[in-house]
Amino acid sequence: MPGYNNPMGNSPLEVKVISKRFGLPDSTSLKTYVENEGYEALKKALAMTPDDVINVVKNSGLRGRGGAGFNTGMKWSFVPKQSAKPKYVVCNADESEPGTCKDRPLMEYDPHQLIEGIIIAGHAIQSHQGFIYVRGEYRYLLDIVDRALSEAYSGGYLGKNILGSGFDFDICTHTGAGAYECGEETALLNSLEGLRGYPRIKPPFPAVVGLYGGPTVINNVETLSNVPHIILKGAEWYAQLGSPKNGGTRLFCLSGHINRPGIYELPMGFPLRRMIEEIGGGVRGGKKLKAVIPGGSSCPVLLANEIDVNMDYDSVAKIGSMLGSGGVVIMDEDTCMVKVMGRIMHFYAHESCGWCIPCREGTSWLNYMIKRFHGGGALPDDADTALDVSYNILGKTLCPLGDAAAMPAISILKKFRGEFDEHLKLGSCPYEKKAVSVA
Amino acid sequence: MLSEALHKKFDQLIARYPLKRSAMVPLLLYAQDEVGCVSEEVIAEVARRVDVRPIEVIEVIGYYSMLRRKPLGKYNFQVCTNISCMLRGADDVFEHCSNKLGIKHKQTTADGRFSLEEVECLGACCGAPAMQVNYDFYENLTPAKIDEVINEYKKK
Ligand SMILES: Cc1cc2nc3c(=O)[nH]c(=O)nc-3n(C[C@H](O)[C@H](O)[C@H](O)COP(=O)(O)O)c2cc1C
Ligand code: SF4
Ligand code: FES
Repeated sequence: MPGYNNPMGNSPLEVKVISKRFGLPDSTSLKTYVENEGYEALKKALAMTPDDVINVVKNSGLRGRGGAGFNTGMKWSFVPKQSAKPKYVVCNADESEPGTCKDRPLMEYDPHQLIEGIIIAGHAIQSHQGFIYVRGEYRYLLDIVDRALSEAYSGGYLGKNILGSGFDFDICTHTGAGAYECGEETALLNSLEGLRGYPRIKPPFPAVVGLYGGPTVINNVETLSNVPHIILKGAEWYAQLGSPKNGGTRLFCLSGHINRPGIYELPMGFPLRRMIEEIGGGVRGGKKLKAVIPGGSSCPVLLANEIDVNMDYDSVAKIGSMLGSGGVVIMDEDTCMVKVMGRIMHFYAHESCGWCIPCREGTSWLNYMIKRFHGGGALPDDADTALDVSYNILGKTLCPLGDAAAMPAISILKKFRGEFDEHLKLGSCPYEKKAVSVA
Repeated sequence: MLSEALHKKFDQLIARYPLKRSAMVPLLLYAQDEVGCVSEEVIAEVARRVDVRPIEVIEVIGYYSMLRRKPLGKYNFQVCTNISCMLRGADDVFEHCSNKLGIKHKQTTADGRFSLEEVECLGACCGAPAMQVNYDFYENLTPAKIDEVINEYKKK
């Protein structure tokens, strides 16, 4: 049935926390959820003070799964206690980072887990309204989440006086309509206010001035889905699942030239080499590994000799890349890295909102130049010029989309310079004949 | 004429937000699903409903890639050619669709039944290569599977 063929991986090495209910019959129903610890954490959290909830989340070492990896409890603690304007919780379900498809199963198979996480976040910052911003293409998920919300209302988990605690909280969904940039938190807020999705200047940060001018917490679907487990089992339990300062597990999306592509829940800090070889079954067709994107298309690529790294935020940052959004893309020896860069630049040029010049012009020029390069029309200076253009985007834009384009560009131009030179010398792509595809 | 059901949906959606304007994009998308595009009539009605001028609605439409002012084919084939899909043969998937449907990127068949588009990541990277027909996902595509999907829609 279309829409229900989401490829979850399956490996004995997985540690299932947020994906543990995925296989249960009728896993989206309130009944199944409640029979499997569902809404127990909410009861517990409502009996705690908001500050205690924030501290537990802070101490668990949970870091944002949307890309930047900021400590979630810390983010919540920036919300002012007193506010003249209403406070909001916004769940970022815009999932559009190429290589990333993990928020989809979280909503498809366990929407109540996400809803419970949002209500707990609402209690923690003393907000009374939450929004779930879902990308427009995920229409079937909107329907699943809406159904779960109405069940949660009937069960007394949402609305007025939740479970007799005196706490009121409402949640509704909101559909986007196709724009990667709307995943950026301030662009998302503008989009939610019915405007074009242009980002806002920071500071002020959304925690202080956010949706409709009120203090707002914005968290990713996966981040919020972890919260009930942390409240229920404690900060220490969660922290020790992962590595120091990187609590818990994470959904890694293995894609590209790998034998067993899929979404796998693994402890934070799981070694990349084992992820490729043991979880993913190695490179497809027994080929050699050439490169890996460790966390979605915005991350600098890693070479085959850089995969002895533990997949947590700090370790990946230490070798010059990012853990990002959990999208691990594997590329074999026959992959043309010029083509890869061209495709990635095509994406950023298409998605740049056009507000600031370095990003708007830079991504378009990189797209144009690299495509021409791959097609055999390279000029001798093009690779150097492309690098120069990339550095003129980096750190010079209003929102991080500019950097998200520049970082992979710089890494590919530097690490695979030889492939650019080869294209230039041949006047065509040396890989075109070698590359095979399934279709 | 917009349907009774759509007007009801509009009422529900607008009631969700503290600010009517917030409902603009959802209203436009649901209206497009019914009408086939964001027509002049839809623009006027949405503007009236959320209390803005029509030009402000048009300004917003231009930003979002899913909103369109001209209708597409009844079944819109959206083939992802982004990185994970590209590595698994998305270019061939696109070409296969193009040959079978007899149309190119952003074209519609003469009978108005099919359109084809190359799109960015659909969030189906682990099921690459992937495509969406309207809102339905199709993953792990092969030429045989694509033929099956196309035949299924041809029969509809
Ligand atoms: C261009 C751009 C696109 C982004 N897209 C997403 C997205 O689709 N989903 C998401 O959760 N975060 C996305 N982010 C990150 C958000 O801005 C924000 O950091 C995140 O939602 C915070 O939640 P977290 O702390 O739980 O990770 C994006 C950032 C940028 C710059
Ligand atoms: S960096 Fe790009 S996406 Fe961000 S504001 Fe500037 S033009 Fe828009
Ligand atoms: S790259 Fe094609 S669905 Fe993500």
